[in-house]
Amino acid sequence: MGELQIESKPQLLTRPRRPALTVKDFKGKADPDWCPGCGDFGVLNALKTAVAELGLLPHEVLTISGIGCSSNLPGYINTYGMHTLHGRALAVATGAQLGNHGLKVVVTGGDGDGFGIGGNHFLHVMRRNVDLTYLVMDNQIYGLTTGQVSPTSRKGMKTKSTPYGSVENPVNPIPMAIVCGATYVARGSSGQQKHLVSLIKAGIEHRGFAFIDVFSPCVTYNHENTHEFFKQRIRKLEEMGHDPTDLHAAIERGREWGETIPIGLFYKNDELPALDELEPVLAEGGALARRPLDVSAENARALVEELL
Amino acid sequence: MAHIDFAVGIGGAAGQGVATPGNILAKLFARRGLHINAYNAYQSIIRGGHTFLTIRTSEQPVRCMGDDLAMLIPLNQDTMDRHLGRMRAGASVLYDRDRVKPGAAAEGVQLCPLPLSELAKNILYYNTAAVAAVLRLVSVELKPFEDMLAQQFKRKGEAVVAENVAAARAGYDYAGAHFKPYAFSLPDTGKRLAVATGNESLAMGGVAAGVKFYCAYPMSPSTGVLMWMARHARELGIMVRQVEDELGVINMAIGAAHTGCRAMCATSGGGFALMTEALGAAAMMEIPVVCINVQRAGPATGVPTKTEQGDLWQVLGAGQGDYPRIIAAPTSIRDCFHLIPEIFNLADKFQCPGIVLADLLESEGFSTFEPAELDFNPPRDRGEVIGLGGEVPEVNGGYKRYRMTESGISPRAVPGTPDHAHVVATDEHDEDGVLISDEFTDPGKRQAIMERRGRKMDGVLPLLEPPRFTGPADAEVTLVGWGSTEGVIDEAVEQLAAHGIVANHLQIRWLVPLQSEAIGRALSGARNIVMVENNYSGQFARYLRSETGIAADAHIRKYDGEPFMPHHVVNGVEKILSGKTTRYVPVHEIRV
Repeated sequence: MGELQIESKPQLLTRPRRPALTVKDFKGKADPDWCPGCGDFGVLNALKTAVAELGLLPHEVLTISGIGCSSNLPGYINTYGMHTLHGRALAVATGAQLGNHGLKVVVTGGDGDGFGIGGNHFLHVMRRNVDLTYLVMDNQIYGLTTGQVSPTSRKGMKTKSTPYGSVENPVNPIPMAIVCGATYVARGSSGQQKHLVSLIKAGIEHRGFAFIDVFSPCVTYNHENTHEFFKQRIRKLEEMGHDPTDLHAAIERGREWGETIPIGLFYKNDELPALDELEPVLAEGGALARRPLDVSAENARALVEELL
Repeated sequence: MAHIDFAVGIGGAAGQGVATPGNILAKLFARRGLHINAYNAYQSIIRGGHTFLTIRTSEQPVRCMGDDLAMLIPLNQDTMDRHLGRMRAGASVLYDRDRVKPGAAAEGVQLCPLPLSELAKNILYYNTAAVAAVLRLVSVELKPFEDMLAQQFKRKGEAVVAENVAAARAGYDYAGAHFKPYAFSLPDTGKRLAVATGNESLAMGGVAAGVKFYCAYPMSPSTGVLMWMARHARELGIMVRQVEDELGVINMAIGAAHTGCRAMCATSGGGFALMTEALGAAAMMEIPVVCINVQRAGPATGVPTKTEQGDLWQVLGAGQGDYPRIIAAPTSIRDCFHLIPEIFNLADKFQCPGIVLADLLESEGFSTFEPAELDFNPPRDRGEVIGLGGEVPEVNGGYKRYRMTESGISPRAVPGTPDHAHVVATDEHDEDGVLISDEFTDPGKRQAIMERRGRKMDGVLPLLEPPRFTGPADAEVTLVGWGSTEGVIDEAVEQLAAHGIVANHLQIRWLVPLQSEAIGRALSGARNIVMVENNYSGQFARYLRSETGIAADAHIRKYDGEPFMPHHVVNGVEKILSGKTTRYVPVHEIRV
């Protein structure tokens, strides 16, 4: 196992596939403490499968989360991990990705963590097109706090904090991500493993901000948006003749919510460079974190000269 | 021979260009090897209001703005009206005859009206003519200023240079013909000194520390750090980011720091409030990061452009729970530069956040530096870190990020290092990084982990320089200050001596860990402990008492937004020694 490589976009796309590790090799130190039947199991499994199939090694991946049931994920996968504060995963991940842009940084969390308390970071990480893969395990409820309304809970939904039904409109993360500048916007379902694995793999390979909203039902506190609910409604965009390079069509598809709920790749833009590609400081010299700290004699002289 | 002590005050409305003549004079003085201390009193307004820059110079190091002005340059009537009354015999007041009318000056104050519209062809050159007149009055030759103008306006063409030089000569000659110069002339010591603001010093301190990642949200009075960093980012290879809010700032810095970058951010009290949870997170995950709080007058939005030492308890209490961290307050503008690499070394070694408590007096003021003291490659200690060069130990899957050690320090592997993958978490976790928080059944484990993190702090104290204690052991009064008040208290001690009062002076730089033993020794024989603080409630006095049991006998406090001047401290000591009060609050005589 060698030093981490900083891969440019063309290098990444043509990287030789190393003898792939298996899904088992990515099993973390701890076993998930999610409720039996929780959708998050499927997301964890799909992520492990995706990194294994991409031929990534544990030390090449940094999995970062915030707080919530789904944010416990980094403990359950054998990669570098950061289990940060509630809502702050995307900010931490931006710093980490710029600190060492050779890492594949995957961010995981829930709808409350990402669209509620972390909403401002979500907005800005997208316009910056930071090279991250962001998996939101969207269960439309606050689970770890035992069942309160979330930013994606349906209007009218009865929860412990909205016993008479929520009067607020939910956020729709798909169109939101598209208009905010995310360059890869997809929706998956925990119940559609193969489909989800392919979305995650393409998301990791995408240079720029890849957002994947995943239906991940909470079997304990959300009795409305269940596995069965989604099973009856979801349809794959790939079978609906959708063109993911068509921004307006992507927004329209993202707004569909009813008897049919589309999943799959809504939008993809390969033309826009990622933040690390735009930043001249990273143009050469490798990962920032591994550069020597010394200030060259020439630079030191110039800094003093400026003050004289 | 008494050394020269010359202070000039330049005032006007914001946007009127107070900074330009100020910066030119500062550069010209420093290029003669003269020391400078400058304080900029300004307001939270882009145009209008009142801005007043005090530049004090001497061939000796200058530690604060002092008490008196030898020269006043009012750029508008308001400045004349506010400050003329401060001018004493021997001082000169230089102003544009057409725009400003003098009031009643004290006897012996020389009024120097300049016909700027006659001396300079264009209003753009008025400052040039006025600066030249100043130089004439302090008997400094014009040549260096002419050279500076030639350099500064080179890009604008020869005509502009020539017109500026002509204005300078006209101002210089007019002052020579019409006004009486000072009795002294500003000498040229033959060396050149560097000039930097406190914000620039903090930024350059970051460079010296090897900072590779700097991020911030603009907030007065810390924004200067961001601007300096942004300007120099590319040539120095520093990633500089302006972030959406301070929650993002500190967390982004933590992310970069975790990968192995030295990462820094700066803000003021309001932004710091948003950062507090993450400081605990950095301590919990054991990621070294340095955060600067440049204090301004609070609470809340407070007085954004005024100074205060009012955030001590905020910083002491930042973040829930008990956690190791290092907190220090630079004692001067120059110390802003020196402290940053020191605190980075400690943060790296002990894998915890380092917090720097500077203030507006330092950040927006400027000071001279000996060029040689600007060492951009001071000693650097990254602590026990794996994966940033050097051998990566063979661990065969057995790496434990939070291994129990005697020192409390567990070797830290950075992401990307083969065979060292692990999780860092803000939840409580065991040696392996596995969470123990959700299924918590082991109080003994939690206790052991708390003790390991906690005992890291035991290692910090022996590495710190003792606090500076100056003056005779047997003094009538012991003045105690912390952070930015060092220079003004130093000068007050000298003035007290001239008044026949023997004082000594203890100045605190390291706040956490507090050097209780050294402080106790210094104060053990003190007859009158007088605490000098730029805040309302005596925050350091309360902290000192809580940590050491030492209670001050009296207090000198100021919380009007302006810094202490030496005579404020002197007056306070005299009042206190005469038994009139134990809590003296000076009145700031200048309305800025």
